[in-house]
Amino acid sequence: MPTEQLSERSEGARRLENVVIRFAGDSGDGMQLTGDRFGAQAAALGNDVATLPNYPAEIRAPAGTVAGVSSYQLHIADHDIRTPGDQPDVLIAMNPAALKANVAELRPGGVIILDTDAFTVLGLEKAGYDVDPLTDGSLDAFQVHAINLTGFAAAAVADHNLKRKDAARTKNMFALGLVSWMFSQQIEDTIAYLHKRFASKPDVQAANVSALRAGWIYGETTEAFANVYEVKPAPLPAGTYRHMKGNKAVAYGLVAAAHQAGMPLFLGAYPITPASEILHELAALVSNDVRSFQAEDEIAAIGAAIGGSYAGTLGVTVTSGPGMALKAEALGLAVIMELPLVIVNVQRGGPSTGLPTKTEQSDLLQALYGRHGEAPMPVIAVRSAADGFDAAMEAARIALAYRTPVILLSDAYIANGSEPWRVPEVEELPFIGIDLATEPNGVDADGNPIFLPYARDPVTLARPLAIPGTPGLTHRIGGLEKADLTGAVSYDPDNHDFMIRTRQSKIDGIDVPPLEVDDPSGPPGSGADVLVIGWGSTWGPIGEACRQVRAEGMKVAQAHLRHIVPLPANLASVLSEYHTVLVPEMNLGQLAGHLRRETLIDTVGYNRTRGMPFWTAELASVITRVIQGIDEDASGAAGTKPVGDVGARLAAMSEAGAAKPAAHAGTATASQHDATREAGR
Amino acid sequence: MSTVNGKAEEPVDGASGRRAPTVADFTTGQEVRWCPGCGDHAILSTMRGLLPALGVAPENTVVVSGIGCSSRLPYYLDTYGIHSIHGRAPSFATGISINRPDLSVWVVTGDGDALAIGGNHLIHALRRNVNLKILLLNNHIYGLTKGQASPTSKVDTIGPSSPFGSLDNPFNPIALALGAGATFVARTIDSDRRHLTATLTAAAAHKGAALVEIRQGCPTFSAIPRQPSRAAGQTSPEEPDNPAAPEHGPIRLSPGLPIVFGAKEQWGVVRDPSTGELGIGHGGDSRVVVHDPGTQNSTYAYGLARLAETSLAEPPIGVYRSVSQPSFDQLYQERLATARPDGRGDLRSLLTGSDSWVVAG
Ligand SMILES: Cc1ncc(C[n+]2csc(CCOP(=O)(O)OP(=O)(O)O)c2C)c(N)n1
Ligand code: SF4
Ligand SMILES: [Mg+2]
Repeated sequence: MPTEQLSERSEGARRLENVVIRFAGDSGDGMQLTGDRFGAQAAALGNDVATLPNYPAEIRAPAGTVAGVSSYQLHIADHDIRTPGDQPDVLIAMNPAALKANVAELRPGGVIILDTDAFTVLGLEKAGYDVDPLTDGSLDAFQVHAINLTGFAAAAVADHNLKRKDAARTKNMFALGLVSWMFSQQIEDTIAYLHKRFASKPDVQAANVSALRAGWIYGETTEAFANVYEVKPAPLPAGTYRHMKGNKAVAYGLVAAAHQAGMPLFLGAYPITPASEILHELAALVSNDVRSFQAEDEIAAIGAAIGGSYAGTLGVTVTSGPGMALKAEALGLAVIMELPLVIVNVQRGGPSTGLPTKTEQSDLLQALYGRHGEAPMPVIAVRSAADGFDAAMEAARIALAYRTPVILLSDAYIANGSEPWRVPEVEELPFIGIDLATEPNGVDADGNPIFLPYARDPVTLARPLAIPGTPGLTHRIGGLEKADLTGAVSYDPDNHDFMIRTRQSKIDGIDVPPLEVDDPSGPPGSGADVLVIGWGSTWGPIGEACRQVRAEGMKVAQAHLRHIVPLPANLASVLSEYHTVLVPEMNLGQLAGHLRRETLIDTVGYNRTRGMPFWTAELASVITRVIQGIDEDASGAAGTKPVGDVGARLAAMSEAGAAKPAAHAGTATASQHDATREAGR
Repeated sequence: MSTVNGKAEEPVDGASGRRAPTVADFTTGQEVRWCPGCGDHAILSTMRGLLPALGVAPENTVVVSGIGCSSRLPYYLDTYGIHSIHGRAPSFATGISINRPDLSVWVVTGDGDALAIGGNHLIHALRRNVNLKILLLNNHIYGLTKGQASPTSKVDTIGPSSPFGSLDNPFNPIALALGAGATFVARTIDSDRRHLTATLTAAAAHKGAALVEIRQGCPTFSAIPRQPSRAAGQTSPEEPDNPAAPEHGPIRLSPGLPIVFGAKEQWGVVRDPSTGELGIGHGGDSRVVVHDPGTQNSTYAYGLARLAETSLAEPPIGVYRSVSQPSFDQLYQERLATARPDGRGDLRSLLTGSDSWVVAG
C-alpha cells in the first residue's frame, strides 16, 4: 500500500488494497492476543491475512525494556498474499521500548499510535531513550497519534471494580477497538471470544469487552483520525474458511490422517518451543481418538510413539532441534524396524538453545543425514501455516504406505503465523489406511505356515505389519540387522549389504509428485533464465518476490520442494533448463548443498539467519540483481566470476565481514552480494 | 492338526477353541547365545515355564528389552517383542501398554541398561505405575561390553575401565525403585528356580509397574562372589555366630511371617521401638518384624532394602513391597472414556470449528 494513501482525507472509508499493521508492546501487554484477534476479524471479513508473531524467549524479560518487547505483525489484503509484509504501515506501540524496537522498520510516512501513559521518565529510561522521541523531532517522518490508551481504558472499566493494575491491563483491548474502528472491522467476534475466554472471571470479561468497545467508540467520536480505511474481501475460491495457525494445521492434519487411516493417533512428546502447541492441541482432542502422552524426555517421547506404532496406532512425535538431536538413535531403530512414524520438527534458531522463539531452516541437514549408519528417511517440508494440514497428511501417508519414519519439517514462522485455510470436505481427503497382516505369509523348511515380517511388497518394498494380539504371527523386531524375509537376527555380510540397499531403495522409490514450476513467461527452457527454488517457509517470500519482479517487467521462475527426500524425479532436468538457480534459505546453504550432491547442479545461494522470515523486497532485489548479472554477463560488461570459484567466495565473505552493520539494518547484505557476484556463471 | 509359525496347533480348550499354551509355544527357534553357565539361561527357562502357566496367549504377550546380554532374552521367547535401544525399553513398553491394556507387557533389562543409560525411563515408568513387569537382570557388571563396572558394582570393582578399582557408590535397585514410588518391588536370584518362579508369578499378578531385581551370575566376568543359597532352617555345623556370615544365605521375606534367619532361626530383623529403625537382633526377640509387603508407607520396605548395606552379607530376597494403586494404562483408558462420553468426535466439526466463514462461489 502506498503510504500516502493513509494521509489523504476523504469521505467515508478509504479503500486500501492491503495494509501491514504491527502491534508492539511489553511481553505482558497482551500483544499476541491482540494481533491474533485482529487477524481473526480481518479473516472473517474475507481479507487474505498473513501474520508474524515475534516474541522474546523469556516469559517476562524485564518490563519496559527493548529485550522484553513482543510484537505481532499482520498483512491484510483484498487479494491473495503469501507473507506478513515487510515494513509496517501502522505501528501500535504500547510503550517507549516497543517504539524503539520497531520504529526503524516502519514505512516512512506510516502511522504510529502510541500510549502516552507509558512515556514517563522511567519508561523512557528503561527503553534507553535519552531524549523523549515525542519531542525531539525524530518521529517527524511519521503520523503520530499520541493517545493515553491506558488512561482511557482504565476510565472505561472504572465500573467493573477491578484492581488498578488489572484495569490498566485492558489497554490492549482499547487499542484493538481503536484500530478495528480505523480499519472498519467489526468487533462482535472478539466480544464473543472474550466471553468464552474469560467465562470464569466475569469481572475481567466485562472489563475487556468495555475497553474494546470504548476503543472503537473513541475512534468514532474523536477527531483524532482523519480517515477510516477499508480492505475489501479477497476473492477466494468458494468454500468454508478458517483462520489457521501453522501448529494447529499440523495437529489437525495428523488427526485427519489417523482418521483417514482408520487408526487412533498416538502422540509421544516432550514440551519444547515452538512445537509444544502441537502437543497442546492434540492433548485436547481426546474425543477425536487422539491419545497424547507427555514423556520424561524426547527420547522417551519417540520411544513411546514407536511403541504405539508397533501396537497398531499412528505413532507421532513432535519436537524442535534440540529434541531432534536426542531422538536420533531411536530414529535409526524405527528405520531398521520399518515401522510407520511421523516426526515433526518445528525448527528454531540453533545451534543449541540458540534463538528458541525465532525461525530458521537450519535443521535440514540434520533431517537428511543426522543418524548413524545408512538410515534413509523421507523428509518433507511445510510451506505455510495452512499448508501444515496437507503436509502432515502427506507425511502420514508415506509413513504408513512404506512403513517408515518420516520427518516433517516446519519452523517457528509457520508454527506461529496464520492465514485463511479452506476447510476440506472430509470426503475429499485421501484414504491412507493400510492392511495389517492377519495370516501367515510364508512357509518354513518343513512347509509349515509362518509369518515373514520382512517379506516385502514387490512395488513399494513395504513389509507386512502384524500387531500384537494377532494369533500365529508372533515375531520379534529390533535394532540388530534382520535376515531378509524372516527378520531373524543375522550377521551375514551379504544379507547386511542387501538389507541396506533394500531399505535405501524403498525410500528412493517413494512416489512423489513431479516438481512444478511457476513461470508465466513459459515452461522450463523457454521462459525465464532464473529459477528461484526453495523449501519450507520461504515459499511465501519467494513467491511474493517473484510477483514483484515480474510486475517490474522481468522474467523469473519459481519452484518449491515439498519432498526433499526423495526428491522429485524430474528435479535435475528442471534445474538444468535454467541459466541460474537461486536458492534463498534461512541457513548457510543446506538445500543448495543437497541439490548439488543429488543433481551435480551448482546453484547460487542467498542465505540469512536473522531469526526472521525474508522480506519480499529483500528477495526481489536479490532476484533482480541475479537477473541483471546474467544480462550484464551476456553483454560482456560484467567481470563476474564463475560459481564454485573459491577465491570469489572468500572475497565475498570478507566483504561480508566489512558490511556487517549494513546487514543488520536488513537490506543490503553480504550474501546478497555473494548471490549477485555468483550470478554470472 | 494345523501349524502356525511352525508350531502344532491342536484346539483342545472348549471355551476358546484353543488348547492351553505350552513351553514349546513360548520357545523360538533362535539359537541361544549366552556363555555357558550364565545366569540368563536359568532366567529364560524359568520364563518359558512360567508364561504358559499365566494363561496369557503368546500373541497377547509383548517382551521389550534394551541392549546388553540380558536384553537378548526376547529373541528366545516366541511372543511379540522388541529388542530396542540401550536403556530405553521402558519408553517403548509404555507406548505399548497405554495403547493396549489388553496385552501383558514385560521389560527385560540389565543393571547398566536400566540404571545407567536408562535410569530416567525406569524411574518414570515406576512413578507412573505403568502396567509393566520389569525384570532387571543384575549381574553387577556390563556383560556385553566385556566387564566394565556398572551402577550396581561395588566400590573398588576392578574392570577394564577401572583397573585401579571403581570409585563410585553403587545403586541399590530396590531402594531406588521404592524412592521412585514403585508399587511392586521384589528381589530374587537366578540360582533358585522356585523362588524365581514364585516372585515372577507374583509380579505378573500385580496390576501396575512391578520391578523385579534378579541377581544374576556372570561367570565370564564374575562380578559378584557367588554364595551358596540355602533355605532358612537348613543346618550347617560350622555356622558362625555372626548374622553377617555369608553361610546364612539371603534372608527370605515371606508375607505374614516373622523375618528370621540362620540355621536355627537365631537371627531376626527387629524394629527399634523408639526410632522405628530396622536392625538385626535375635530370632526370639519380641521385636522381630512380621513381614508385610502391603505396608503403604514405603519406609518399611526401604529400611529392609538398606539392611544389607550395613549388617548382612547378602540382601534379602522376596517381595519388598506390593501395594495396590491404579495403573497408568487404567487411568489413561478411564480418562479417554470420560473425555468422550458420547463416543467418537466428528472430524468434520473439528476441522470446521466455531470460527469459520463461508465464501460463496
Ligand atoms: C547408546 C549405546 N551406548 C553404549 C552401548 C554399548 N553397550 C551395550 S550393552 C552395554 C552395557 C550392558 O550392561 P547391562 O545392561 O548390565 O547388561 P548385561 O550385558 O550385563 O546383561 C553397553 C554399554 C550401546 N549399545 N548403545
Ligand atoms: S558375559 Fe556374562 S552376562 Fe553376558 S552372556 Fe556371558 S556370562 Fe552371561
Ligand atoms: Mg549387567
